[in-house]
Amino acid sequence: MLKIDNLSVHYGGIHALQGIGFEVPDGKIVTLIGANGAGKSTTLKAIIGLVAASSGSVSWNGEDLTGMMTKDIVKKGVVLVPEGRRVFPNLTVDENLSLGAFSRTDKPVVASDRDKVFSLFPRLKERMKQKAGTLSGGEQQMLAVGRALMTRPKLLMMDEPSLGLAPLIVKMIFDIVREINKEGTTVLLIEQNAKAALEVADRGYVLETGRITLTGTGKELLADDRVRSAYLGEAG
Amino acid sequence: MPMELSTFFQQLANAMSLGSLYALIAIGYTMVYGILRLINFAHGDVFMLGAYFAFYAITLLAMPWWIAFAVALGLTAVFGMGLERMAYRPLRDSPKISVMISAIGASFLIQNLGVVIFGGRPKSFPSIPLFDTVVRFGPVSVLSVSLFIPVVTLVSLIVLLYIVNQTKTGLAMRAVSTDLDAARLMAIDVNRTVSITFGIGSFLAALGGIMWTMKYPQLNPLMGVMPGLKCFIAAVIGGIGNIQGAVLGGFILGALEILIVAFLPELTGYRDAFAFVLLIVVLLVKPAGLLGKAQAVKV
Ligand SMILES: Nc1ncnc2c1ncn2[C@@H]1O[C@H](COP(=O)(O)OP(=O)(O)O)[C@@H](O)[C@H]1O
Ligand SMILES: [Mg+2]
Repeated sequence: MLKIDNLSVHYGGIHALQGIGFEVPDGKIVTLIGANGAGKSTTLKAIIGLVAASSGSVSWNGEDLTGMMTKDIVKKGVVLVPEGRRVFPNLTVDENLSLGAFSRTDKPVVASDRDKVFSLFPRLKERMKQKAGTLSGGEQQMLAVGRALMTRPKLLMMDEPSLGLAPLIVKMIFDIVREINKEGTTVLLIEQNAKAALEVADRGYVLETGRITLTGTGKELLADDRVRSAYLGEAG
Repeated sequence: MPMELSTFFQQLANAMSLGSLYALIAIGYTMVYGILRLINFAHGDVFMLGAYFAFYAITLLAMPWWIAFAVALGLTAVFGMGLERMAYRPLRDSPKISVMISAIGASFLIQNLGVVIFGGRPKSFPSIPLFDTVVRFGPVSVLSVSLFIPVVTLVSLIVLLYIVNQTKTGLAMRAVSTDLDAARLMAIDVNRTVSITFGIGSFLAALGGIMWTMKYPQLNPLMGVMPGLKCFIAAVIGGIGNIQGAVLGGFILGALEILIVAFLPELTGYRDAFAFVLLIVVLLVKPAGLLGKAQAVKV
């Protein structure tokens, strides 16, 4: 279980996270929704050690992750599909996938995981030798997810995977999130596309300017008037 | 002025060996820049250290030349890694200007420590028969080291490209140089990767330094300044961040310098200025360098 407690992050004078707390229980899909600039990405970056927390703690299965280096956090099975995908454009699809498995030493299993990624995303197999920079946005997102799966995540965190993608691809990505989760991977999903996220999530949290203002099951939040008016574009 | 064929070959041999030396040093600039977007101003001084390490290993420790060279290469590589550790790593997340000041400071520090420890007076490199025999091809005569230099450079380049493109370490280097945070998310040990990059760059600088002192057999603590500056220019001309570009830039610079001095001797006094003129011309025509890709500035 991932447990965030009273987490604060500053960027210079900006207090981006102002003491947030939430939990991601094993085997669940939890989503964090919020407007642009609310602090969603900062939350994920703080969990995985890309930005330093100014106070509070992040613990994973009882172990404190605060202050740990990103590579060590990733080795513990906490994996991030970053905002904007961040595939390596000058490397091939194949090399990008190899990087996902960079720290793994179980070669035969890595090979079978690669096959599995290709069966989830046949498009990636066709484009295996192609530079990632030449892929379409949707293909790059598939690659970003595939690359993360190559790390064998226990907790998969995704930062706005649907951003800028065609509805069909968004649906495909969410279907795969569901499937990954069914196979036992815990998911922490961040979205501005609140409806899609709340529909797959067991639990949701609403983040507003660095604070959590609302929480409930996915269904509860979908039905909540404040959520409906602020994030689902419906009159309250 | 009628050009003798033998003169041409003579100068071609000179150009090949000077170009090779420039290429070896330029690779270090380009690799470090590629991975950290940092101009390692101390790189020329690392080159100087490589030469001195070899010098002392032979003269002071009486080692056979090949052991002395191996020791010097190893020591210089370790020195380069230490330099990164002390002068650059603490500033990894600081503004670029701080890192640049640190690089310039490191360069002055090494030069001045060199003057204090090695002495400011030039030293002459001991003679090694294998490398300082004069070889004649008809009317063309060259120092044997000049024949070794292009070969050593070519082999180094092949090994380097193999490491960068075919090994796991190389994959990590390419990932770190593209996107530092994304590389961290791949569980890559960024510090280790940067360290290896400095190690390789410094190793090649030492290789260049040792061969340089055999070709121009004098050492002084400031001997790295001019080659360092020129090779930085070579790296920029070729497209900084690009290994093949650095080699190309090194050869162009070396060849041009030799050929201009040989065939327009009245311009010899401006020899060191050619590099800068060439730099300006190339940057005007191709701002990203000959093999560099136009790149949006990272913010
Ligand atoms: N590197 C940074 N430097 C300064 N401010 C930042 C940085 N990254 C994010 N911020 C600020 O922190 C706040 C939260 O940003 P972010 O976590 O990216 O929000 P979200 O992902 O919810 O859109 C915003 O006000 C943003 O401007
Ligand atoms: Mg964001």
